[in-house]
Amino acid sequence: MVGIYSYGVYIPRHRIKIPEIARVWGGNASDITRGLGVFEKSVPDLDEDTATISVEAARAALLRRAIDPEAIGAIYVGSESHPYAVKPTACTVGEAIGATPNMTAADYEFACKAGTAGLQTCMGLVKSGMIPLGIAIGADVAQGAPGDALEYTAAAGGAAFVIGEGDTIADINETCSYTTDTPDFWRREGQNYPRHGGRFTGDPGYFKHVEGAARQMFERMGTNPKDYDYAIFHQPNAKFPQRVAKTLGFTEEQIKPGLAVPRLGNTYSGSSMIGLAATLDVAKPGERIFVTSFGSGAGSDAFDITVTDLIESGVFDRAAAPTVEQLLANPIYLDYALYAKHKGKIVMQR
Amino acid sequence: MRDVAVIGIGCTEFGERWSTSFRDLFVTAGSLALEDAGISGEKIDALYVGNMSAGRFVEQEHIGALIADFAGLATNHIPSTRVEAACASGGLAFRQAVTAVASGMEDIVVAAGVEKMTDVGTGASVDMLAGAADREWEGFAGATFPGLYAMIANDYMHRYPLTREQLAMVAVKNHENGANNPIAQFRNRITIDTVLNSSMVADPLRLFDCSPITDGAAAVVVVPLERAREFTDSPVRVLASAQASDTIALHDRRDISTLDATVAAGRRAFARSGLTHKDVDLVEVHDCFTIAELCAIEDLGFCAKGEAGKLTADGATALNGDIPVNPSGGLKACGHPVGATGVKQICEVVAQLRGEAAGRQVDAEIGMTHNVGGTGATVVVHILGV
Repeated sequence: MVGIYSYGVYIPRHRIKIPEIARVWGGNASDITRGLGVFEKSVPDLDEDTATISVEAARAALLRRAIDPEAIGAIYVGSESHPYAVKPTACTVGEAIGATPNMTAADYEFACKAGTAGLQTCMGLVKSGMIPLGIAIGADVAQGAPGDALEYTAAAGGAAFVIGEGDTIADINETCSYTTDTPDFWRREGQNYPRHGGRFTGDPGYFKHVEGAARQMFERMGTNPKDYDYAIFHQPNAKFPQRVAKTLGFTEEQIKPGLAVPRLGNTYSGSSMIGLAATLDVAKPGERIFVTSFGSGAGSDAFDITVTDLIESGVFDRAAAPTVEQLLANPIYLDYALYAKHKGKIVMQR
Repeated sequence: MRDVAVIGIGCTEFGERWSTSFRDLFVTAGSLALEDAGISGEKIDALYVGNMSAGRFVEQEHIGALIADFAGLATNHIPSTRVEAACASGGLAFRQAVTAVASGMEDIVVAAGVEKMTDVGTGASVDMLAGAADREWEGFAGATFPGLYAMIANDYMHRYPLTREQLAMVAVKNHENGANNPIAQFRNRITIDTVLNSSMVADPLRLFDCSPITDGAAAVVVVPLERAREFTDSPVRVLASAQASDTIALHDRRDISTLDATVAAGRRAFARSGLTHKDVDLVEVHDCFTIAELCAIEDLGFCAKGEAGKLTADGATALNGDIPVNPSGGLKACGHPVGATGVKQICEVVAQLRGEAAGRQVDAEIGMTHNVGGTGATVVVHILGV
């Protein structure tokens, strides 16, 4: 069966606490942290961007399992913050891990679900026999305009998943998607920051699509929330995944291992994939995982995953690369001024 | 002047109606009102529609013609007129319909109100609403509506013994009533702590002191009283229609904690109907903010200045109180689609007088509505009875 062959995550070490952002903009820190359920967010270093994060995540995946880079036939990087509008991040990743030149590569954009769209593409290519292995990456140095609600959560990080058939550490039993043309959040060519429809991003955006994909999966598989050990939903804040989990019938315990957002923030394309990685960090053979991403514009991809015995075998070494928990530990805190510098919000004279 | 009666009411569900367009909202409300009145569209002689700012909210002007067209009446060529008085647009549209029928000019007239506010972001919406105040003297100086009503609240609390908890009780009571109103945007019950712990908007007003941004439409059908029995066995009479103006800027008022236009319109309505406060069984007032409900109760004369907070805390304005205020849930719980609110108030009073208000029913024969534009520059008051 097609599934996850290996995975890796990268999260920059710098953080800013949400009350520090609120201090600058005159927001009520306790109202904001309580409202979002987010307390701090990751910030890229001066020389980190979506390309470096993607490379680090891919390298972490290769550290965990002996993979011949030449067997990698495809790399897809999903992001809202590709360093170049024209010139693929995926090529940089391919070169960095030694997978070039006999491979295909492309950058994806579907707001926060571009990474899971790449995952589905790799599944298709592997399943059809076109490639032996493919890598799907979701990564962002997420953009949020200064003073905008998004700035309180927009974070940096990414996850890479190597997809193969047979000898997987987790089988992907099924995937399905729910997609409509819904303008809840967007960024036009040439604009620095995304815009959004405020509360419209909630019910007609996130909840409609996440629930749509999730219920479609239940129907296809004849399952219900009790059949899964873990659930991961896209995490723009803590409240949205908690609410949708409750609506669908999942418990707090099921989503807790994959809920990275309170200490990480919203890594956009990395969000649900880092949540899946955090869950794989602790999952045991035989456990079943339910994942639903969300990308504005809008759509959701759902995955039904079963962890195999291989995750605890000699073939795969979880400890060879840092877990999400380890990546979240020992942060370096920045004040708003340094954060602004790290995020390129200070416009320099040229 | 002829006596006038309401023979049909219709109201859409109020809320964030993301998937319903401006025109679908008013067509729905209009259809419900016609169905309730048991008449077909071609019987309508004229239309009045209250709408504050479709030009800015949905970039659509010429609302009168649009409504007539999408009501299927374009080829009947009936007069259709948009009425605008900011948040009092709905009440004023109803008053125009009543005036047209009373004068003998028209027989069967529809008064509607509609606002579609959620197509724009909150910031844009707040700015559009600020157009109800004095843009040059207030808006350009940074005043928002919550800011202006916060000044009223601060002045009021400085001069009268109103506690923060009493002010919160207005929202608690209105949410309690709204819980039983199927059209209300918010049907959840809240506590004083919910209000006191909510985000600060403009000191002392917190989030739960403020009515929300809402989409919705309401419509009613009015006819001469002498013809009302042709259509219904339960007509509701319009006993008084009154309107008053005041300075548009708050700072030009004689007293910023008293809405003199409310005082004037209320007095006129009582004088014209020959009724007193004791005759009124329920009142729908314009609680765009909690402080506004207290001012309205006092300025309409239901109690002395400074006493409405205690009256509310004592339960006198609750459904089972001496003078139920906002049995619909008011603007706070129903939501406040600005142009529709005044017509929704009429719908609520008519439903109450007909005994059709189900879980929020008040024993009532006489009801009153109070619709405010801006911070009190326009006030429209109606008294209805069976």
